[in-house]
Amino acid sequence: MSTTADVLVVGGGIQGCSSALQIARRGLKVALVEKNTAGRHASGVNAGGVRRLLRAAPEIPLSIASMRLWHEIEALVGDDCGFKVSGQIAVAEDEEGLKALEARAAEVQALGFTHEELVGRNELFEILPALSRHCVGGLVARDDGFASPYHTTMAFRRAAIAAGVDLREECRATGFARKGGVWRVETSQGPIEASTLVNCGGAWGGAVAAALGEPVPLEPIAPMMMVTSRMPEFVTPVVIGLQRKLSFKQMPNGTVLIGGGHRGVPDTARELSSVDFQKLVVSARTVADLFPIMRDAQIVRAWSGIESRMPDDLPVIGPSSTEEGAYHAFGFSAHGFQLGPIIGAIMADLVTTGRSALPIEPFRLTRF
Amino acid sequence: MSGSRMSPWDAIIIGAGPAGLAAATLLAERQARVLLVDEQPAPGGQIYRRIEHVASRRPDLLTVLGADYAHGADLAKRFRASGADYLPESTVWQVTPEREVWLSRAGRSARHEAQTIVIATGAMERPVPVPGWTLPGVMTAGAVQILLKSAALKADEPLVLAGSGPLLYLLAEQCLAAGARLAAVLDTTTAENEGAALVHLPAAVLKGGLAYLRKGLKLRAAIRKSGVPWFRHVTKLRIEGTDAVAGVTFESRGRTERLDARLVALHEGVIPAQQMTRSIGLAHEWDAVSHCFRPTVDAWGNSSVDGILVAGDGAGIGGARAAEHAGRLAAAEMLRRLGRIDGAARDRLAQADRRALAAHLAIRPFLDRLYAPRAEILEPADAVTICRCEEITAGAVRAVVAQGCLGPNQAKSFLRCGMGPCQGRLCGPTVTSVIAGALGQSDEEVGYYRIRPPLKPITLGELANMDAAE
Repeated sequence: MSTTADVLVVGGGIQGCSSALQIARRGLKVALVEKNTAGRHASGVNAGGVRRLLRAAPEIPLSIASMRLWHEIEALVGDDCGFKVSGQIAVAEDEEGLKALEARAAEVQALGFTHEELVGRNELFEILPALSRHCVGGLVARDDGFASPYHTTMAFRRAAIAAGVDLREECRATGFARKGGVWRVETSQGPIEASTLVNCGGAWGGAVAAALGEPVPLEPIAPMMMVTSRMPEFVTPVVIGLQRKLSFKQMPNGTVLIGGGHRGVPDTARELSSVDFQKLVVSARTVADLFPIMRDAQIVRAWSGIESRMPDDLPVIGPSSTEEGAYHAFGFSAHGFQLGPIIGAIMADLVTTGRSALPIEPFRLTRF
Repeated sequence: MSGSRMSPWDAIIIGAGPAGLAAATLLAERQARVLLVDEQPAPGGQIYRRIEHVASRRPDLLTVLGADYAHGADLAKRFRASGADYLPESTVWQVTPEREVWLSRAGRSARHEAQTIVIATGAMERPVPVPGWTLPGVMTAGAVQILLKSAALKADEPLVLAGSGPLLYLLAEQCLAAGARLAAVLDTTTAENEGAALVHLPAAVLKGGLAYLRKGLKLRAAIRKSGVPWFRHVTKLRIEGTDAVAGVTFESRGRTERLDARLVALHEGVIPAQQMTRSIGLAHEWDAVSHCFRPTVDAWGNSSVDGILVAGDGAGIGGARAAEHAGRLAAAEMLRRLGRIDGAARDRLAQADRRALAAHLAIRPFLDRLYAPRAEILEPADAVTICRCEEITAGAVRAVVAQGCLGPNQAKSFLRCGMGPCQGRLCGPTVTSVIAGALGQSDEEVGYYRIRPPLKPITLGELANMDAAE
């Protein structure tokens, strides 16, 4: 017997759970299918950065709108999600880097945004006393921060269920067909019928798009992370690399989380990925150069998670170009976590009204 | 030594216990380029720890530790003469399916490659999460044995031995022989197990297990003769104390007992050390009788990943002598894989070891059934800490299961359980059983932690200093 819903969301990451939550709160009957368990891939294992800093220009309005939701995250999902306002800062290691930061600050200001602020050497070392003295300046977003990615995704999952979403894990969508204005999606738990389809499939979102007749050049990637044993408190904001790949933060329990874009090897078929320690050597060197105190830190664990990347490093957000009643939100290119809360609102707007008040035109699928 | 700049090693053996020593020796004797890496400063593993030193310098200790321990001296001697390369005091912190071995030695890390790898990392003691097990003064039986083998066991503090399994009796006898003060032996083997094991006894006797049975009876006789209080069918073991061990309480044959104690050694048998084999992604299977996972291997030790073999207790508990033969079987298979011999020559080379291995394993069905772990330690009460690194109780794990946590990996994300410096090595088996119990599923269905490198912590500075271009 088939299940029916108004909307079927595919994918149980933060985008899928957030979308299902917001759509259900608009009074629609929502089913969500996740082939594994919620938060299993990118949403559960990313660096947890809640960052507006250094966003690509088209993403800035979405990121700012999402940040408003982050600052009231408990009201949204009934959980603090481990969200901390710590500030985020990009560090320039030489004059060339400083010039790039100045140009960036000017560009963002020209667009009319005020969240990114240039700081000189003195203030840089006030903000980051443990930073290596060769650094020359920084760009800071004081109200940015970080959260606990898995807790956040689970909070959205719980809130979605509480809002009435029929959330099914270990349920794989295997076939998509639309007849008489109704989607019929075959799944490993039987067919589901819905008038609207929302694709939040992450690294598998490209396969859903292809099934809808609109393939995209999506590349699975496996960003790597390391975490160290507890260190005495020495750094407050999230530090991101400008000239070298780095995302660096000390968690409230003292452990230090190191990420920033070095990639392992994804295996989407087996849903596994492996770390490449050759590249983590480079990552470790960057950290050791910028924060000498970290040389003695013990690396306890390194891991990678499967993510997806589009050629222009921008996500796909918006209606299907081939099918009525289908919408996409995937391909977040390793910086989708912060956007999670607003994506749910955008998808709910799209599903209920066909449009969004936020400028999502740059993210249309047909740009490729 | 930089293996990575040279052509790959023919074989890298990880672990210098009986399986690793035997494998490395046979390979080197057949002119394979073989590297043995091990954490200890000298060959022997846990079972033959410090055997060279004890054999040459401490004949008194050799007597205490017994003939089975002395057997290791020949193994070490033959290994030393074999010409195998050897890196002691080396901590392997990553092994990849591509047969890279990353290790740390004297504060420097290096990467080696091999055509074949044998993982011979042996067993670990099953965690024994009873109330109070994290108090200072509680040790594992293995830790007490290390003290014995390094002649560092203080004889003045009375020791309570509690648990089940052959090692417990061996340790009791060794403590007595070493003049340590044994306050009591609390035997947790159940009456039910004693009954159920009997059906396996005839086969064990017929197929070569007699020597093991004799040894077991001899050990038990020695304990009985010593007059040390020996409580049988012990349940509800609880270690008391606030800052350190003050005593133990337990039930034995329907009576509640209490003993003063400062030092307690716990032991509930050994299980394959699965940290490394899991981290490579080898397939594992569930052993329902011994209640543990083990890597899936064929009769030669081949795992599910091509070119990676597992030998010895790490592939399934068989004991030291079985491990030695399994090591040589793996080496024979590697010689075939390396193209040094064909399949028929391998089979001939392995014939004697194959027979000997079968004889040493004949006792296992009996022992496995007799010492099958009891539910009390597999699924401890809510208040008992199960993850020592992050101080997580069994109750906390059950609570997150009630909130929707689906397995050990989710428990990590919910609770940080298994995310401390031991990487879940100590809590893993218990977390699986507790979640299985709470979900009403089998341990096999619930599965195990995904193990992330590094297998042992290394400093960020050490990683940064590696030659990334290697």
